[in-house]
Order: sequence, then C-alpha cells, then structure tokens
Amino acid sequence: MSSIKIRFEHIEKTFRLRDRDFTALGDISFEVGSGEFFVIVGPSGCGKTTLLRIAAGLEQPTTGRVTIERSASTRPENAMVFQGDSIFPWMTVWENAAYGLRMRGADDAHVRDVVGHYLDRTGLAKFANAYPHQLSGGMKQRVSIARAFACDPEVLFMDEPFSALDEQNRTILQEELLRIWDETKKTVIFITHSVDEAVTLGDRIMIMSADCGRPKVFVDVPFARPRSVFALRSSPEYGRLFGDIWGYLRDEIKLPGAARAS
Amino acid sequence: MSLDLSEAPVAELAAQSAKRRPVDSATYDRLLGIGSPILLFAVWELAAQLHWIDVRFFPAPSSIFGEFVRLGSSGELASNAWSSIQRLAFGIVIGGIPALVIGLAMGLYRPINAALDPLIAATYPIPKSAILPLILLIFGLGESSKIAMVAIGMFYPVVINTAVGVRQIDRIYFDVGKNFGANRWNTFRTIAFPGALPFIMTGVKLGVGLGLILIAIAEMVGAKSGLGYMIWNAWQIFAVKTMYVGIVSIAIIGFLLTVLLNEIERRLIPARSDR
Repeated sequence: MSSIKIRFEHIEKTFRLRDRDFTALGDISFEVGSGEFFVIVGPSGCGKTTLLRIAAGLEQPTTGRVTIERSASTRPENAMVFQGDSIFPWMTVWENAAYGLRMRGADDAHVRDVVGHYLDRTGLAKFANAYPHQLSGGMKQRVSIARAFACDPEVLFMDEPFSALDEQNRTILQEELLRIWDETKKTVIFITHSVDEAVTLGDRIMIMSADCGRPKVFVDVPFARPRSVFALRSSPEYGRLFGDIWGYLRDEIKLPGAARAS
Repeated sequence: MSLDLSEAPVAELAAQSAKRRPVDSATYDRLLGIGSPILLFAVWELAAQLHWIDVRFFPAPSSIFGEFVRLGSSGELASNAWSSIQRLAFGIVIGGIPALVIGLAMGLYRPINAALDPLIAATYPIPKSAILPLILLIFGLGESSKIAMVAIGMFYPVVINTAVGVRQIDRIYFDVGKNFGANRWNTFRTIAFPGALPFIMTGVKLGVGLGLILIAIAEMVGAKSGLGYMIWNAWQIFAVKTMYVGIVSIAIIGFLLTVLLNEIERRLIPARSDR
C-alpha cells in the first residue's frame, strides 16, 4: 500500500427511532490506500450503505470525520455508483454519462473525449442516443459506471452496483469493471453482500459485524493483477479465501436479534 | 420432434389471426368514432329541414355552416377569435410561469411548501367564475381583467401538479445530483423540472381547458370583442346562428390546443413515449 487516500476517523451514526437511540455505526476507524480496491462485506443492515453515504457527503455522521487526500483541486472528491436504477430516465445514455462533467462546467471538447472513451470502454457507444427504458439492467449499470469514471473522482464509491443483476451479467460486469479499473487504478470503496464479488474484485476486504456496525476483521486478497474473473474462480486459493470469509460472516448472520437498519 | 414441426405452422396461423383481430377492432372503433357525429349531424339536418325541431333554437347544421362562412369572410369571426386567442395566450404565460416556478420551489423545499400549501388549498376550491366581479373591480373592464381570469385558471392546476410532480421524483436522483455537484439551478433544470414534466404537462392541459372556459365567461361581461362577447351579443339580439358559430369556434380552438399540447408533450417527453 502506498500513501493513504481516505481516512475514516471514529465514525459514529445514531438514529432516533421512537424515543430510542439506535446505533447504525459504532466508532469505525480505518484507512484506504491510494489506488487500493477496498471492499466492505457485511450482512444486510450492518450499516455499510450508511458508511458509504457518509463518506460521499450525502449524510452527516453523528461524530467523527472522513478525510480524502486530494491530488488536484479541479477533481471531484468522490463519485458514487448507486445501488439500483440511478441514471436519469429523461436523459440519453450520453447525457447521463456526461452529467458529472457538465455539472462541473467541463468544456465541450473535453466532455466529448472523455464520455466517448468511457462509453466505448463499457460497450455503450452504439447506445449513446438511447434512453434508459430501452436498456437492460446491466446496460443501465454500465451507464452509471461510465458516469462515475468520466468525472475522474479522487475516490470511487460503489454501493452494491451489481446486486440487482443476474449471475451471468454480474460476472461480465465484474470483468469489465476490473478491466477499466486496471487502466485507471482509482481508489475504490466497493460495498457488497456477495463474498464471491469481494474476493474477485478486492485488494483488501473489511468484514463488518451486524452488531452496531463495527469492522470485525480485515482480509488481504493476495491475487495478482490484472485478474481474470474466470481464471480466478477456478484456483484453489480462491476457494480457501472464500471459505475463510464465509466463516467470519456466518457468525454475524447467526447473531440472534441482530439490530437491523434499512 | 416431428410433432413439434407439424404443429408449428398451426401455431403461427393462430398467432397471426390473434394479431389481426385487434387491428380490425381498432379500425372498427375509428369508423364508429367518425360515424357517430356524422350520423348526429345528418339526423339534426333532416329534423331541421322537416321542421321536427324548432329551427329558431336548433338551426340546421347547413345554415350554421353558411353563417360560419359569412362571418368568416366579413372578418368579424377572425377578429373576435384573435382577441380571445391573444387573451388566452397572455393569460397562459402570465399564470403558467409563476405557477411553474412556485410549484418547483414547493416540491423541492419543505418550508416553502409548508408556507404556501394551506393558502393554495384554501383558495383552490373557490369557483373561478365567482371572482369575476372582484377581478373586474380590481382590473377594470379592459384587457387586463380577461387576461387575469385566464391566468388564475391556469395557475392552480399548474402549481398543484408541478409540486406533486417534483415530490414523486425518486429521492435517488437528488442524491445523484448532489453527488455529482449539481448546484441549486442545475437541480431545478436537470432533475426537478424534467422529472416532474409529465405531471406539469397534465397541469398545463387542465389549466388551458379552464382558461378557455373562463375567457368565454369573462368576455360575456363588459367586453367589446372576443368569442365570448360574440356569443353573448348574439343572445341579446337573438342571432341564434351566430351564437352557434361562436360555440363551434371555441370548440375548434379547444380541440386545436389539445392537439398542440399533445404534440409538445410527445416531443418533450420522448423517454417515456413507449412506456
């Protein structure tokens, strides 16, 4: 790991639900290195999404702070690939992918180059003028990914971006994401509930506990880059790692009366 | 396997006939739609020619058409229609634009909604025609009182539909806007407005319809031009055919506005055209 890119310091988040305080995140501190692909895995309701939304500035933590080291003041701090449908149905694929750049006032030539490049890389070039309702779920998530990469953020946040896709599409998109990521080496924080996905994509995995959203354990993923999803999944090392992580998670899921947030 | 093959053409035939039937019934519906008014006019014409009905109240369609041509060629009809259309256009813009801005603001900002919603809810049920005397008092007998009536008719449906339209936009789109650095103006322009557009168009259609009703009423009182004036004047001098011409003209304007608005809607909201 090289220099530190993003630092979470004592993040806590409590909600008030019917005169009862409910702790969604309890005192989380960790760091993610520059260019690291960091994956957070945890059972549903463990506060993964809340943590990412805090990092993205969409929610305020009750205490603590998140700092992102900036390399240039012109680059946005972060861009998020949201869970589910988040591309605007009233814009074409092109307009959606260009959204981040346009909002930051990038000039037309730059937008044309960058958006053209990422639509090309995501296989969407032919669909530039299509509207989202004409696309499949996988295509829509590709637009969302192109939109996030196009604005060249310091850190890329991905909140279960492939969870709504079927198995085949998910594998294909993971492969594509790895390829694009290899070209840019962006710092990524990726949330998933799939152990497969975590092991396939990540450099390091943080497993969260269901109890008050605390990091339970960090696991390093030793596989070399660039990776191929298919080759990876047939290696014995992959199976061992999968088993280890599943072991940690199983304890969490079995916890009786684990608090749940939505 | 061989069974499958032999059954395939049968299945195809069945699919074809199933496909053909809705086309036939659609054509049939269209013929009925065109046929029924023609039949009505034919019966009306016949009844008038044979004096089964009182032609003083129900003049024959052919004689109404003759009057239509006469008033059209004298320029009287065109000048009255133009007066009404102008007032309608000014009223639509003057009522519609503030309604759009206020509706967007109400949909986006809770305090603005909290402050304005009770006011709108309380004044909305007042029949707009009931405030015509008040409007005449405030704006006088000139153009402005007629325009004000249309504007009021336009305002309510647009403001209410716009606010509802913004509120039904999925929250995730506002998160996307925030995440990708959209400022307040861009949130209006790229999320709230296009997201609410289908609702806004519904409001505009309702508002234009209401505006058409109100312009006719407003012109009947203290106007010296317009289709409403023409109808009212025709009643006073018992020129029943002229009255019918006025009524038909307003109907035609209403129909053309509906066609125009549907076309605008189709162009502005291509993303949902086949949803």
